[in-house]
Amino acid sequence: MAQPLVKKDDDRDEEADYSPFLGIEKGAVLQEARVFNDPQLDPRRCSQVITKLLYLLNQGESFTKVEATEVFFSVTKLFQSKDIGLRRMVYVMIKELSPSADEVIIVTSSLMKDMTSKTDMYRANAIRVLCRITDGTLLTQIERYLKQAIVDKNPVVASAALVSGIHLLQTNPEIVKRWSNEVQEAVQSRAALVQFHALALLHQIRQNDRLAVNKLVSSLTRGSARSPLAQCLLIRYTSQVIRESANNTQTGDRPFYDFLEGCLRHKAEMVIFEAARAITELNGVTSRELTPAITVLQLFLSSSKPVLRFAAVRTLNKVAMTHPTAVTNCNIDMESLISDQNRSIATLAITTLLKTGNESSVDRLMKQITNFMSDIADEFKIVVVEAIRSLCLKFPLKHRSLMNFLSNILREEGGFEYKKAIVDSIVILIRDIPEAKETGLLHLCEFIEDCEFTYLSTQILHFLGIEGPKTSDPSKYIRYIYNRVHLENATVRAGAVSTLAKFGAMVDGLKPRIFVLLRRCLFDTDDEVRDRATLYLNTLGGDGAVVETGADVKEFLFGSLDIPLVNIENSLKNYEASEKPFDINSVPKEVKTQPLTEKKAPGKKPTGLGAPPPGPPTTVDAYEKLLSSIPQFAKFGKLFKSSAPVELTEAETEYAVNVVKHIFDGHVVFQYNCTNTVPEQLLENVTVIVDASEAEEFAEVASKPLRSLPYDSPGQTFVAFEKPDGVPAVGKFSNMLRFIVKEVDPSTGEAEEDGVEDEYQLEDLEVVAADYILKVGVSNFRNAWESMGADFERVDEYGLGPRDSLAEAVNAVIDLLGMQPCEGTEAVPPNSRSHTCLLSGVYIGNVKALVRLQFGLDGPKDVAMKLAVRSEDEIVSDAIHEIVASG
Amino acid sequence: MELCPSIKNILLLDSEGNRVAVKYYSDDWPTNSAKEAFERAVFTKTQKTNARTETEITMFDNYIVVYKFVQDLHFFVTGGENENEIILATVLQGFFDAVGLLLRGNEDKREALENLDLILLCLDEIVDGGVILESDANVIAGKVDSHSMDAGAPLSEQTITQALATAREHLTRSLLQ
Repeated sequence: MAQPLVKKDDDRDEEADYSPFLGIEKGAVLQEARVFNDPQLDPRRCSQVITKLLYLLNQGESFTKVEATEVFFSVTKLFQSKDIGLRRMVYVMIKELSPSADEVIIVTSSLMKDMTSKTDMYRANAIRVLCRITDGTLLTQIERYLKQAIVDKNPVVASAALVSGIHLLQTNPEIVKRWSNEVQEAVQSRAALVQFHALALLHQIRQNDRLAVNKLVSSLTRGSARSPLAQCLLIRYTSQVIRESANNTQTGDRPFYDFLEGCLRHKAEMVIFEAARAITELNGVTSRELTPAITVLQLFLSSSKPVLRFAAVRTLNKVAMTHPTAVTNCNIDMESLISDQNRSIATLAITTLLKTGNESSVDRLMKQITNFMSDIADEFKIVVVEAIRSLCLKFPLKHRSLMNFLSNILREEGGFEYKKAIVDSIVILIRDIPEAKETGLLHLCEFIEDCEFTYLSTQILHFLGIEGPKTSDPSKYIRYIYNRVHLENATVRAGAVSTLAKFGAMVDGLKPRIFVLLRRCLFDTDDEVRDRATLYLNTLGGDGAVVETGADVKEFLFGSLDIPLVNIENSLKNYEASEKPFDINSVPKEVKTQPLTEKKAPGKKPTGLGAPPPGPPTTVDAYEKLLSSIPQFAKFGKLFKSSAPVELTEAETEYAVNVVKHIFDGHVVFQYNCTNTVPEQLLENVTVIVDASEAEEFAEVASKPLRSLPYDSPGQTFVAFEKPDGVPAVGKFSNMLRFIVKEVDPSTGEAEEDGVEDEYQLEDLEVVAADYILKVGVSNFRNAWESMGADFERVDEYGLGPRDSLAEAVNAVIDLLGMQPCEGTEAVPPNSRSHTCLLSGVYIGNVKALVRLQFGLDGPKDVAMKLAVRSEDEIVSDAIHEIVASG
Repeated sequence: MELCPSIKNILLLDSEGNRVAVKYYSDDWPTNSAKEAFERAVFTKTQKTNARTETEITMFDNYIVVYKFVQDLHFFVTGGENENEIILATVLQGFFDAVGLLLRGNEDKREALENLDLILLCLDEIVDGGVILESDANVIAGKVDSHSMDAGAPLSEQTITQALATAREHLTRSLLQ
């Protein structure tokens, strides 16, 4: 027989690490649980056993299915006992065991009895347990009791029913929604928490009905909620309503702002804070609206409670990102928080100060930060590093002390993400602040001497290769780089070899030394390292003669691979080893915007037509293969671009047609993908009659009709046009589908002999300028922009007129130009008044083009845009301006 | 979007970071090892801080954790990163004070384990599936206590633990006089 819980009570004072559960063991406790089956129940003993079972579960012990079922069944026996304490434990135990549906039935009747009991505690808990373990079917049986419970005069019972309703709404929304009236009544309850729970449930029931939520908020904001929690909820609902209501800040006062401001004077801190936070998060908040919220947050900053200080400083930190001047008033309070015991608060204070601070306070701040950097967690350090980076960009004169700080923390312990943040920051500073370059590079060199992260080492080596040769004394970096060849793993060694080669290519004076070093690498144990060394020795002319490196070699070493890696990988996989070398120019440059999807539904096609031909191919590769197989089009040359399919018919018409535009240097081919959706018809000799009267520069040269188009089996017909070579001609084409239709007997599937000629009007099709630009991204826009040079730069400004939002304007221009957005600049942060978007592409004739778009809001809605284009050809730069001007 | 304030978990650990009683209301930690890893992380992060007079707060892995210590007991309440910190602190205070009332001021690990049933009931009364049920310590303790023990019950009906606790209380009081 196991010992009772309290056995060691007498010697408790001697034993320091005493636990009543010392040596507890699952098997033994499960044995003990047999007391639940005793005819004469001992409530106290049973309670103790349940506590032990719960202790085991709480410690992470798990019961097998059999064990759990066994315990569950014996626990259900305990409903016989009238002991209140035991019953309470039974409820908890059942919830922890989360019985399966067939087991639930065993306790249902006992729980339903408790639900209608006179004891409030029984009612409340039975509701919570039953709702937790029940499924939908049982719910309809107990629905009546739940509705009563919601309006029960005992607040505990009402809350239990309401909270259960919140959970059930996830699984059985249609049932819970029927309780609206009762919940509505409970919102008026005098009990504080009942009102809170009722409000939460009512809002969730109505959350998809904007009007109802609006009404709910309007009626409640006039009174006052009884509990701080309910008031917080109300604030959240109010700001949601404000967010979703039309943005009429220009016309007058924001609706409900007065309510939020009033909450700033509430007596509960949680409400004050909730309201202040809500105000700071309002869309396009004005400084007049912000001021009262900032004032209460400032008071919190000097509170004795860390939680209040943390909450306030965290919110102010967010405000500082968008409204730095609004926060400057708090700077004095913020500075005293730098020495806060709580490091999270100190970090947030520092970064806020870094965002709002001025040039004169930088040095003082840096000193304070250095003192506490070692005490805080990596993720806070990253926050600090990012703040310092933006500070340095703001005050370039301070780069020395800021760069020193970064290099110091780079030498200290830290995880990958932290180190990466520092390295990235140094790299950005080197790029943007010329004076910081040499010191920054040396800091990076020192870092790779003792860097455990391969990724960072290779990144830095690559960066050194680009920036190092341009410095005043490139030779001093060689030692650091060559050390890598001795000391590191193969990946880093290969990176170091490439970097050495770049120095050799750029700095003639270093060539002999570089050749010696590269030749030593020929004996490396790793293939890749040896291959690279051999390659570079050959391209640089490592036979001893020091010759000036040719432009093509430099292009090879420094140029970026303008082909998406996925495409080159696919092409290499398809390449079969043969006499013919792999041609990198055959790799498509187009960035695939959507993954290839196979739309074939096997076995769903009607029988009798044989195996349907595969659907139209969609990839560039496949298009090229398809077109070159058609003799009329074979001589058009290399396919430049294929557009995405454009629908020419409405959905669900008799004949579905879409078109793909294939652009060649001197030709355009329209590929019409046709589908016949009428089972009783067979179409033959299908052609598209194209009227090019609104496309003057195009002349039809060839077409390829479709012999037969049976039901539900797509086919293609083509029309080709000639256009001036290399010119981005645009125009509008009207299309008419012409065919011979034959009736098909649905029972036999045979077509009649005679057909009737018929026509079907399709929608118009346009060839636009964007069709002549390939979406080709660049990895580093800034570098590409610099190296392109300003020779053919064209800059102009445009007014885009009123737009819904900045984002909408940005997307419209991207679509118009059909170029690839770089570095994620297509995303416009909400509330911004200006935005810069970087685009890159290849214009027909294989001319690279880069575009920098600067958008700004001019007045409430008008968008103005500055367009700067750089390309390898001034005609192209002008052409891109032309696209925008005429679009 | 979930607008209702929600609690991710409530933890009661000892001074070495071991579980006394924990309750998770969120699926963010699906396995016991994930839970233990979280507890370990929270404990190491907070153990050196002084959270004995005021509730302290920290943020990591996009969670906000408020905590308070007494003797060898460490109390934690976790919420999402957008949760109102003061609401979390209110829940923690409710739990902390309710445990204090239930243990009659003897808040230490031993006493907590000996009255684990009260602690578990206490957790059950504070939060239901992440939704705050009650945050007033007196109400919570009242609900737990009223059915665990009748105040008017004769001494013989009390458990030995309770009897000893009462006896000790009497003893301390007489010594202090």
